[in-house]
Amino acid sequence: MQKDVKRLSLILLFTPFALWILLLIIIPHMGMVVLSLREKVAPRVYEYGLGNYIDFINEPIYWNTLLRTGSMSLLVTVLALLIGFPIAYYIAKIAGNRTRGALFLLCLVPLWVSDLIRAFGWILLLRETGVISSVLQWSGLVHEPIEFLYNDVTVIIGLVYTVILFMIVPLVSTLDGMDNAMIEAGYNLGGSGPTVLRRIIIPYAMPGIVSGCIVVFMLTAGSYLTPILLGGKNSSWFTEQIYDQFITRFNWESGAAFGFLLLVFTSFVVWLGLKITGQTLANTVARS
Amino acid sequence: MAYRNKNAAFLWGYRLYVLAFFIFLAAPLIAAGSFAFNDSLFPSLPWRGFTLDWFFNDTEPKLGMFHDRRLLSGLYYSFVIASIVSMLSVAVGTCNAFLFVRGQFPAKNALYILMILPLVIPGVILGISMLVLASTIANGLENRFDIEIDALRPGIALVVLGQFAFITTITSLVITARLKKFDDSMEEAAFNLGASRARVLRTITLPFLRPAMIAAGIVAFLVSFENFNTTLFLVGSESPLTITMYDRMAKVGSTPVLNAVSFVLMLGSGLLALVTIAVQRDKSKG
Repeated sequence: MQKDVKRLSLILLFTPFALWILLLIIIPHMGMVVLSLREKVAPRVYEYGLGNYIDFINEPIYWNTLLRTGSMSLLVTVLALLIGFPIAYYIAKIAGNRTRGALFLLCLVPLWVSDLIRAFGWILLLRETGVISSVLQWSGLVHEPIEFLYNDVTVIIGLVYTVILFMIVPLVSTLDGMDNAMIEAGYNLGGSGPTVLRRIIIPYAMPGIVSGCIVVFMLTAGSYLTPILLGGKNSSWFTEQIYDQFITRFNWESGAAFGFLLLVFTSFVVWLGLKITGQTLANTVARS
Repeated sequence: MAYRNKNAAFLWGYRLYVLAFFIFLAAPLIAAGSFAFNDSLFPSLPWRGFTLDWFFNDTEPKLGMFHDRRLLSGLYYSFVIASIVSMLSVAVGTCNAFLFVRGQFPAKNALYILMILPLVIPGVILGISMLVLASTIANGLENRFDIEIDALRPGIALVVLGQFAFITTITSLVITARLKKFDDSMEEAAFNLGASRARVLRTITLPFLRPAMIAAGIVAFLVSFENFNTTLFLVGSESPLTITMYDRMAKVGSTPVLNAVSFVLMLGSGLLALVTIAVQRDKSKG
C-alpha cells in the first residue's frame, strides 16, 4: 500500500516533466530536423534529401557567417571572462561585507533590464548624434560628428556588455564558497600573487568559470538584438540569416537547416570546451 | 614598507577598475532612462529642459506613453503573457523539484541534464522549432479534417508555450535549490504526530518552499516580459511590448517616448528585484 502510494506520486510528478520535455523540447526539435531534410521540388511537392545542407556548404556567405558568429562569440566569451573575473573576485573576496551585497545587487540590476533597452542605451550613446559624439565636439576634441555604431568593435563591446553579468554571477558564487585560508596558505608558503592565482584560485573557480563561459557563449551565439541594432544591416550574424530564411524569404526548410546547424555547432563548441577543461555539464551549469 | 606601498597602489588601481566597470555598466541604462525627461523631439543632446510630456502628454507630436494605444496594448499583452508563463512555470518547476530531489527512478542524471538543456538552447531555435511544429500540426488538421485551430497559429498561445519551454528550467533550478535544504526531520516529526501526507505538504513543505516559489515566479515574469528572441518567431497580431518597441526603433526611428517606456520598465524590474531580495532574505532568517 505504502509502495503503491509512492509509485503513484512518482508518476504524478513525472507526468508534467515528461509532457514539457517531450512536447515542447524534443518533438519540436525533431520536427525541425525533419523539415530541414525536406526540399521543395515543385509547388506543393516535396522530396527528402540533404539539399538544404548542400546549399549551405556551396554558398560561402552562409558558412562564413556561421564561422564569423562562432569566432566572435568565442572572443566575446574570453573578453567577458578577462573583464569579469577581477570584478567577481573583488566582490567575493576583497570588498567588505556591506559593500559586497551592494555591489552584487548593482551587478544584478542590469541583468533584469531587457536587452532591447540596453542596446537602445548604447545606440543613444554611440550614434552620430549621440552623447559621446556630442560631448567630444563640445569639448573641441573633434570638429565633426563621429559615427561609433555599425562596426565590429561596437558589436563586440555591446555583446560583452549584454552577457558579462552571466559570467560574473556564477563566478561570485563559486569564489564566495572558497575558504580564504586557502589563499593565505598559498601566500604563507611563499607563493607570489600570480602563482596563487594560477595554482589555487583558478583551479578552485574552474566549475564557475566553465559554467559562465558556456552560458555566455550560448547567449552570444544565439543573440539577435545586439548584433542587429549595433551592427546594422550588415552585421552578418547567423541568427539574422535564420530570421531572413524564415520570415523574409519564407524558406522554412532552409531556415530549419540553419537552425539545426547553429545548434550542432554551438553544442560542439560547448562539448569541446568541457572536454578540454575536464568538466561536465552536471557539475557546472546544473550547479548554479 | 615599499611592499606595502606597492600593495596599496595596486589596491587603489583595482578599485578604480571596479569603479570604471560599474560606470560602463550604468552608462547605457542612464542614457536610456534620462532622455525620457528631455523636452525635445529626439533622444539626443543638447538638453532642452525637463519635461514629463513623454509620459503624460496626450497630443502628437509629443504623444506620451500613457496615451499611446499601441504601446499600452503591448504592455497589456506582455503582462498577460508573463503572468501565465510565470504561474505555469512555477507549477511545473515545483513538480520538477520534488521529482528530482525526492524521486528515485532510472536515468535520473540524464533526465536532469535534459531538464537543464532548454536554458542553453538559443532562443531563436526554440522559437522556430515551436513554430514549425505548431504549423505542421495546424496544416495537417486543416488538410485532413478541415479543422482550423487558431491557437496553433502564431499568437499569444504559442508565445506562452515558447517562453514556458525554457523558463521552466529556471524556476525548476531555483525551487530545487531550496528543496535540497529542507530538513527531512521536520516532515518526520509531523508524520509522527499523526498528520496525513496532504496535510504535511500543505502546512510544512510548501510554506518552506514559498520564498523560492515567489522568487522563481518573479524571475519567470521578468524573463518572459523582456524576452525577444523566442517571441519574435511566434508573435501574431497581438505584439507584446518588446516587439512593439523594436518595430518602432527599427522602422519609425526613436523618439523619447521609447525612453519613457524604458524608464518605466527599469523602475518596474528594479522594484520586483527588490521584492525578490526581500523574500529571499526572510528565508535566510527563518
